[in-house]
Amino acid sequence: MNLHEHQAKRLFARYGLPVPDGRAAKTADGACAAAAKLGGQRWAVKVQVHAGGRGKAGGVAVVDSVEEVRSFADRWLGRKLVTAQTDQEGQPVSSIYVERCTDIAQEFYLGAVVDRNLRRVVFMASTEGGVEIEKVAEATPDKILQAIIDPFLGAQPHQGRDLAFRLGLNKDQVKQFTALFLGLHKLFQELDCALLEINPLVVTGAGDLLCLDAKVNIDGNALFRQPALAKLRDPSQEDARENEASAFGLNYVALDGDIGCMVNGAGLAMGTMDLVKLYGGNPANFLDVGGSADRKAVSEAFKIILSDANVKAVLINIFGGIVSCAVIAEGIIGAVKEVGVKVPVVVRFEGNSAVAGRQTLSRSSLNIIAAESLEDAAKKAVAAAGGRP
Amino acid sequence: MSILVDKHTRVICQGFTGAQGTLHSEQAIAYGTRLVGGVTPGKGGSTHLGLPTFNTVAAAVSATGADASVIYVPAPFCMDSILEALDAGIQLVVCITEGVPTLDMLRVKARFDIAGATLVGPNCPGVITPGECKIGIMPGDIHLPGKVGVVSRSGTLTYEAVKQTTDRGFGQSTCVGIGGDPIPGSNFIDILALFEEDPDTEAIVMVGEIGGTAEEDAAVYIKHSVSKPVVAYIAGVTAPPGRRMGHAGAIIAGGKGTAAEKFAALEDVGVKTVRSLAAIGEALADVTGWR
Repeated sequence: MNLHEHQAKRLFARYGLPVPDGRAAKTADGACAAAAKLGGQRWAVKVQVHAGGRGKAGGVAVVDSVEEVRSFADRWLGRKLVTAQTDQEGQPVSSIYVERCTDIAQEFYLGAVVDRNLRRVVFMASTEGGVEIEKVAEATPDKILQAIIDPFLGAQPHQGRDLAFRLGLNKDQVKQFTALFLGLHKLFQELDCALLEINPLVVTGAGDLLCLDAKVNIDGNALFRQPALAKLRDPSQEDARENEASAFGLNYVALDGDIGCMVNGAGLAMGTMDLVKLYGGNPANFLDVGGSADRKAVSEAFKIILSDANVKAVLINIFGGIVSCAVIAEGIIGAVKEVGVKVPVVVRFEGNSAVAGRQTLSRSSLNIIAAESLEDAAKKAVAAAGGRP
Repeated sequence: MSILVDKHTRVICQGFTGAQGTLHSEQAIAYGTRLVGGVTPGKGGSTHLGLPTFNTVAAAVSATGADASVIYVPAPFCMDSILEALDAGIQLVVCITEGVPTLDMLRVKARFDIAGATLVGPNCPGVITPGECKIGIMPGDIHLPGKVGVVSRSGTLTYEAVKQTTDRGFGQSTCVGIGGDPIPGSNFIDILALFEEDPDTEAIVMVGEIGGTAEEDAAVYIKHSVSKPVVAYIAGVTAPPGRRMGHAGAIIAGGKGTAAEKFAALEDVGVKTVRSLAAIGEALADVTGWR
């Protein structure tokens, strides 16, 4: 789960990490009031969306008057920001973050992730701040410094000092950096982070370290023990259909093809999409109904798939393990009756109650194309959508 | 022979009296698994499904001599349950539950590495040696005792691979679902090493998916250490980058972990790969010459 910058910075401040003074506002008046309250003559104004690349897309500005704060807020509030990391639609802007402006002497990168290979939390630091760290890692991997964290002992001060000296910081800054490093690790552990990034971490004109940006991603599996963080979720930044799906225990990801897919199991759902592609079609979505799907979930899944206007055919591929094909069949019938279906539906049932499921479907008066096998199902779905089988 | 489990394996179930534990324990017993009891704190001394229930894993181990445990407890309690099994001396722990926090798994995995015990999962279908021992949620009836070792990150994709090897009469030595999480208890290499050692495993099917580099690491291992024929399928060619595809670990992050990279790494070391998941059985016949 992603947090907004202003939310992340509030958490940073709570952990004693240096962040600029700032206030979030949902209206232009609020943004102007925030600037006045912060004081000074110059502010950084930033749209709050769950996407990187805001600066290049015009979503970040440095302004010298309250009037400019207002015009920035008027320009963005209620609009969508399209960046290199968003889709063509962009992300809706419902708040602006106003910050005291900072003199920047130097920019660094500091981040932490769970490294799947090492099976450790790994901190990364670089002198190449303010740019995309993946590009730095690709082009000049030696510029990425690493500290691997012991899962039982946690981050140690010497690891922070080592990074700081290698970044070329002076004696005072090394102290500040080490405190920042330890605080960041504490935050990572206590808040169940999946990823933390400060890009850039800056040295100010006065020679102090300051976290100019803050990106925090929380492990969704840990939200049950992070109730305060769960409340920070902003559904407006997420796909509405995906949220609707997850409320019913479904995993849905929208894609841009025209063959809707309903499958049980994440791996098989991907495999089915790949098979559709292999036979010349394009999947409209990834949808895993899960291992314990009931009638209601299947019915919702069907509705979500059909709410995508691009869908020209639906492919249902169920390998019944725990889930019974007969239950899925009833769910399909219920949904079709409820929402009405104008596109062809291809069904492949295998495993648990496959025969009963097929019988249930064939007894219904619905126009359903039965498939003999996995390959047959994919070919028939591609043909039904008007592609070449 | 087989790997990890056989007809002698004495299995207990943690979360025994819960809905999932009950359902799958019934099926395991029906399959012939040597399930010797279960653990539900507070229900020790009672009988469930005709088997003794214990308050702690330690009590279950001392009374039954269990050497494997399967875990169905809810995700918030999994770390505790897995470590309880480890501390009680269980050498094989299979955790089925989905949704275990990643930072929990970092610590759990580090403990298993130190102890030299084996954890399979979490977020996996489990382990089955057909005709002998079924630990997990896979449908038993699609399996056939035989000579193919199956290792997979996905549940239902494993079933597809299994069905194809059953339909052709090859059968399976053991099938291991290593699960779809970013930090699995066992990875491909752990299981490939066991299949290589197992005289009854004559060929291996490996089912991977996008995210991480487990398949690339397995490719390097296969090059140097696996002499048996390997057929591999990777799911997620059509998965968009940056999106989590159901499994917590199935995500192309920072341009890394694509299906194309994994296919290439495996093909480089002579693994027979298939682009269609329906072609696994046929590819197996090709590389082994089996009819």
